[in-house]
Amino acid sequence: MEQIIAKDLYFTYDKQTPALKGVNFTVQKGEYVAIIGHNGSGKSTLARLLNGLLTPTLGTITVDGIVVGDKKTLFEVRKRVGVVFQNPDNQMVASIVEDEVAFGPENLGVPRKEIKERIDFALSAVGMQDFKRATPSRLSGGQKQRIAIAGVLALKPDVLVLDEATAMLDPQGRKEVLSTVQKLNKEQGVTVVAITHYMEEVTKADRVIVLSDGEMVFTGTPKEIFLKQKELKNLGLEVPLAVYIAQKLKEQGVEIDGDVLTQSDLAEALCKL
Amino acid sequence: MKDVTFGQYYPANSIVHSMNPAVKILLTIAYIVAVFMVKQFYFLGFAACLLAVILITILAKIPFLKVLKSVKAVIFFVLLSAILQLLFNKNGTPLWKGGFITDVGLLTAGFITARIVLMVLGATLLTLTTSPVDLADGIETLLFPLKLIKFPVHEFALIMSIALRFIPTLIDETDRIIKAQKARGADFDSGNIFKRAKALIPVLIPLLISSFRRADELADAMDARCYAGSKKRTKYKKTPFTVSDFFGLVFMAGLIVGVVFLNGFII
Repeated sequence: MEQIIAKDLYFTYDKQTPALKGVNFTVQKGEYVAIIGHNGSGKSTLARLLNGLLTPTLGTITVDGIVVGDKKTLFEVRKRVGVVFQNPDNQMVASIVEDEVAFGPENLGVPRKEIKERIDFALSAVGMQDFKRATPSRLSGGQKQRIAIAGVLALKPDVLVLDEATAMLDPQGRKEVLSTVQKLNKEQGVTVVAITHYMEEVTKADRVIVLSDGEMVFTGTPKEIFLKQKELKNLGLEVPLAVYIAQKLKEQGVEIDGDVLTQSDLAEALCKL
Repeated sequence: MKDVTFGQYYPANSIVHSMNPAVKILLTIAYIVAVFMVKQFYFLGFAACLLAVILITILAKIPFLKVLKSVKAVIFFVLLSAILQLLFNKNGTPLWKGGFITDVGLLTAGFITARIVLMVLGATLLTLTTSPVDLADGIETLLFPLKLIKFPVHEFALIMSIALRFIPTLIDETDRIIKAQKARGADFDSGNIFKRAKALIPVLIPLLISSFRRADELADAMDARCYAGSKKRTKYKKTPFTVSDFFGLVFMAGLIVGVVFLNGFII
């Protein structure tokens, strides 16, 4: 089922230089889509359009058939599409984890007893159930970002949009957040739209959309995208090191079996030689 | 700088800590009223207040030194008012022949000192046993009646709690900016006061600008989580009125009755 349908999305901040110029794409229910592009490619604009923080200048975007950008249905859309932003410090409202997670459901007017259940659900979904009474400012970046995800999950969204949610984290934190997101996608069936400029993060996606200068340049599985190494390089994007090594080895005539996307894939392929 | 705890909250597991913050604020006000109810020179009333402070400190499991330290902040003010009384109070008879210090002056100095010190001790017990977040919560509860005159109580409370939430973040940021400026040769530690104040400008401006950026991002994040003001909003946090609050009320009523009673005795 198509959950998100974007048609001819066109957006401009200042009426002169468009940030998006006619983007078309659909996202299936339960799909994990990665949107990748260099700085200024329009990917963050796209994240903001997805839950109505911005309204498209031209074109339409619908979520579960609801048009995004209409004032009357704004909250219906925002309930369905949760966004996790880049800086964990700048998206927290409360000084205590459980109050932070409660913020969304409180806004929706959810009764207190159900808020309690939602907090427990959201915190255990991100593996932070032991930190209910903790202070976010004392947690690590990865933990903070998982709390931010829990804060969004408490709204029970169908779609989780990550707007470069790992960009400010250390490798450990990035790992924590990515595996949490993957788990949510696989176990809870949450549709994920992950916006990033790290190529390593797209390997786990079902589908990748490559944006450049406000236009969609490629779309396909990670494997298909990685084959376009030269084109990606021209766009200022690098394929992951493991993929790069595998391709170079293949060019040199080394027989690499299977599809190498990650380092462990590469290690396995090399061991088979 | 990361471990700076703002306010002076002293975490402990005690009956005083677990009290409803709104009740605690009211009781603190009642206590200050009790201190002011002590009639001039009826020092027994002060003894009752001091006893109350000691009892609460024990119940709250706070070291006495921590409570006493708070007086340091007002010591200058206390000494100044005491000395002024001693030097310029011309009522009563001089303590020695031709002396300028009178008996009434001495009593008044002692009285004022005791009043200020006891007041500060009581207020300190509130901030020692209540975290800033709970204090903000208590203030929100107490402001609730203002809703009748359309005062935006919820918004005000949210602003308070967001301000508290951002204190550690901004301390971190200040720290980072100072280090960055030092790395470029900025000098914060030498020169006269004007020079030092001026040296802080390259810290304050980036801090201000980044605060605006943070505010902007926070607003987006709140929007994304369906924030729409106080309309239809429910509240998760609940601070019930418990047995300890009841005991607190009884305790404070006892103190006030005691002070009124002791106002009948003079030493």
